[in-house]
Amino acid sequence: MTTNSCCPPQLEEDPGCPPAPEPAACCADLGDDRPGYKLWPFVCAWLDNPAGRVPQVATRLTVADITGRWQMRWGFGRTRYSIAPGLYAIGRASSGSPVLVTANYKMTFDILRRDMHDHDAWLLVLDTRGINVWCAAGKGTFSTEELVRQVQRTRLQERVDHRTLIVPQLGAPGVAAHKVPKACGFKVVYGPVRSSDLPRFLESGQKATPDMRRVNFGFIDRLVLTPVELVSMRSQILWSILALFILGGIGPEIFSLSAAWHRGSAALASGLLGVVTGAVVVPALLPWLPARSFAIKGAIAGLASGFLAAMLFSTALDWINSLALLMAVAAVSSWCAMHFTGSTTFTSPSGVEKEMRQAIPAQAAALLVSGLSWLAGAF
Amino acid sequence: MSPLRYIENVVTLQLDAEKCIGCGMCSVVCPHGVFAIEDRKARIVERDACIECGACAGNCPVEALTVKAGVGCASAIIHGWLTGGEPNCDCGGSC
Repeated sequence: MTTNSCCPPQLEEDPGCPPAPEPAACCADLGDDRPGYKLWPFVCAWLDNPAGRVPQVATRLTVADITGRWQMRWGFGRTRYSIAPGLYAIGRASSGSPVLVTANYKMTFDILRRDMHDHDAWLLVLDTRGINVWCAAGKGTFSTEELVRQVQRTRLQERVDHRTLIVPQLGAPGVAAHKVPKACGFKVVYGPVRSSDLPRFLESGQKATPDMRRVNFGFIDRLVLTPVELVSMRSQILWSILALFILGGIGPEIFSLSAAWHRGSAALASGLLGVVTGAVVVPALLPWLPARSFAIKGAIAGLASGFLAAMLFSTALDWINSLALLMAVAAVSSWCAMHFTGSTTFTSPSGVEKEMRQAIPAQAAALLVSGLSWLAGAF
Repeated sequence: MSPLRYIENVVTLQLDAEKCIGCGMCSVVCPHGVFAIEDRKARIVERDACIECGACAGNCPVEALTVKAGVGCASAIIHGWLTGGEPNCDCGGSC
């Protein structure tokens, strides 16, 4: 590997990138390293074109890309994990190479370029405000208008001699395929749901098998989404902790610090058991829990884990405190499980609204019973 | 494992068979295999698998499909109730 103080590090053995150029050529090639701009590490070269230079991107992810993905999974800095929209090249993209449309969420972009390893293609990145394709299509930022705007802005018609845009299938809620040709001269072909199927899709003449068109939601798919659910509840959890420690002190002595500590901790533990049951155990066991409604799945799992906890601490808990524990875990678990609907791939808004109208009064009632029993248990 | 299924008999998806020209676009964009094309007409074969994403209706060139599209997300619906607006998945990109 050649290193030069003025050159970005070259990614070794990446077939998506050209071999490391001579140092002099490298420095001369940094024409786009302008004051005030920072070059993304995934840009490994520039392709010259009469319609403007295009950054060529690496197809091998670096440690920073992978740690960035983990940060997103744990909810750190999610609102600013985006790249500049526009046109990028993979491999030696030429006028005959396919154009793949995607979102400017960096995790999406990273997975796409990784999966297109060893291929030549153009990536047309839409401005979705750093949101993934499916959610952005639902919100309307991954749209017909934005697609047409980027086609025109990047002068795509001057760069390729075909007139086909491969749009990810999950972008379809935001794009009206039949309106695109009139607006910009390109037709839309819907590609597979998963970018890992793209090489197969391209090799088979842009034909998707039924399997490529289906969304799956397996055990690992569900589990990777649980940390961000927990992180998103942090402020609710912190306020609950404060409330529980204050209420925990109420008792025969009006207010006792030691009771606040002991009873507050016990209540907090019950609440956290409910959160973990609803936000981690329910997603993991989703297909095996009875009932269609997430709130009911959560309540069932919460009753089970609350019952186990009550058995475990049966010597320390009288009946009224056991009731408080059971109801608290069930209510909290049901609430958290209900919120996992937004992370899933198979819930309809009509269904979610229906279950919420039934579940929220029941959750509130269970929480009230729990709170009253807990407070009564102090006397 | 059988696919995960959600609450039955709730979705707002409607297909006008009179208007349908059998282009098959709905079955291409649907991520849950709701449609089948038979005798040059689309037919709803898995109504309860529909998630009301709106892809089929938006891509139907003859407007034969209607659906009250939205996101199946509890936080978004609560947000809609509280603000009196449309359900909005405004969770800082976490969805």
